[in-house]
Amino acid sequence: MSTDVTRGASDYRQMEESITMAPLERVDGGELEQELLTLNMGPHHPATHGVLRLLVTLEGEVVRDLKPIIGYVHTGIEKTAEDKNYWKAIPVVERMDYLAYYFNAYAFCGATETLLELEVPPRAQYLRIIHLELNRIMSHLVWLGTSALDIGAMSMFWYCFRDREVILDLFEQSSGQRMHTRYIQVGGVAEDIPRGFEAKLREFTAQMPSRVDQYKALLFNNEIALQRLRGVCPLAEEELLKLGVTGPLLRAAGNPWDLRKATPYCSYDHFDFKIPVGTEGDNWDRFAVRVAEIYESVKIIEQAIDGLPEGPWISDDRKVALPPRHELATSMEALIHHFKLVTEGFRVPPGEVYFPIESPRGELGCFVRSDGSSKPARVHMRDPSFVNLQATAPMTEGSYIADLIATLAMLDPVLGGIDR
Amino acid sequence: MPDAVGLELLAQELREADADAVLGTSYFRDKATVEVAPSSIVQTLEWLRAKGYNALMSVHGVDYYPEEPRLGVHYELLDMSSVDRLTVKLRVPLDNPHVGSVTPNWPTANHQEREVYDMFGVIFDGHPDPRRILMPEDYEGYPQRRDFPVGGEPVLFTIDESEGTAYTQ
Repeated sequence: MSTDVTRGASDYRQMEESITMAPLERVDGGELEQELLTLNMGPHHPATHGVLRLLVTLEGEVVRDLKPIIGYVHTGIEKTAEDKNYWKAIPVVERMDYLAYYFNAYAFCGATETLLELEVPPRAQYLRIIHLELNRIMSHLVWLGTSALDIGAMSMFWYCFRDREVILDLFEQSSGQRMHTRYIQVGGVAEDIPRGFEAKLREFTAQMPSRVDQYKALLFNNEIALQRLRGVCPLAEEELLKLGVTGPLLRAAGNPWDLRKATPYCSYDHFDFKIPVGTEGDNWDRFAVRVAEIYESVKIIEQAIDGLPEGPWISDDRKVALPPRHELATSMEALIHHFKLVTEGFRVPPGEVYFPIESPRGELGCFVRSDGSSKPARVHMRDPSFVNLQATAPMTEGSYIADLIATLAMLDPVLGGIDR
Repeated sequence: MPDAVGLELLAQELREADADAVLGTSYFRDKATVEVAPSSIVQTLEWLRAKGYNALMSVHGVDYYPEEPRLGVHYELLDMSSVDRLTVKLRVPLDNPHVGSVTPNWPTANHQEREVYDMFGVIFDGHPDPRRILMPEDYEGYPQRRDFPVGGEPVLFTIDESEGTAYTQ
């Protein structure tokens, strides 16, 4: 077998020349201290948190230009969803941002419920909030572990994954799955929480704040972490807004925009919680804001489990939600509904809806267009990672390449969400 | 959200500023939408920015197959100070899918317009970097269009390149 792979690859190389890189002279006409070097980072690189590829132009150790190249895990989920019934599309959209699967499912179900004008029972809303906030903590724990690893704190990774494991066990208890749970349904949630879930959840919420205290004790007074993060790669609030950046990155720059407070959905207005904001918008603030968010999420979960209303956990609209299993044995009507829902699915009135929620990374908007059939005519996720990634270049230009790694970690991109 | 009356007032003001801009309005599920002509999208968004809609949260494409004009581009605007959202929509036909790029004024649209181009083939005139973003650069066709088939996709493996068959089924 021939091993000459350069022949085929050269076409590819040529096509990449269309990427305009930084000019070889300095813009201000001054002398370059070093010759410019173009460095390819990724797509396989431990510090890119996925298959992200960066073409970096360096002057010595200083980043002069940066182009993110994405698409390596593009799986066409938006296209696939167009080919499935609404309830069958939930598992595929969940797999976009694989650290925020409850959020993906909720954004899609929320958009569908808006189209259907479907009322969600209060117990379902509270159960959704419990799982959404658990998911937020889980996502922040993965971020904290991996980004601490990036700046050299190895043991944080194990501690964070230990606590993440408890959350995944809770997910497993309520839905049978640890990831991509498909717990949130159109009209409510799949099942009520089982016996024993509440006790385990309370154990977790009692323990988590002290665990975060420990992480703070490890990192917040750590000389290395402070030097690597404080004052590094800041970006002003106006710049972030121009770039469409939302979530913890925007809040770190002092803008308290959080959709849970601004436009409360899913009865978030019932809960008492605060929005952590930063002042400088540097890497340290991005770091501190996310850590502080874990405490607030724990507070929301505690309030939700204390005030969990009695009642059904899914809408009793039989045209949308499956009838309870026991009814199938006695009721002909329930059997017909079950059959229709499982084979054809429910039909959704024609229209277009954009449903934004606050995911761990910012505004996650789901756009659903219905043409009146039982399959969505278009599903689009406005994924926060995809938009936030554009801020990498303005954040890191003029800083050291080592700080680029730290900034990328603080940006918390999830490539499954970026490429979809 | 501007309510149904507020939307009509806004559209009226927009018509006074630019007579050909507004093609229609709709109010659906408590959400206001303005449909504008593709040629006036850049000015319209600038005008709405002056009205307080200072954040562009999302740009996404839609294929309205089999309706004509087929391709649609949606712009989700947000006013953070008065917590107000507005959708601006436009439609372009397949044979002339040209829309003015809003990236010079709204840097956030950069990746998103590239995605709309990549998936639907809408050409954004004046975009600083009009390349595909998710699909490979040599990809043919626009996969998110409704008449683009699912499956049967040739997969590129580097190992096959050396044998002269760059693509295998």
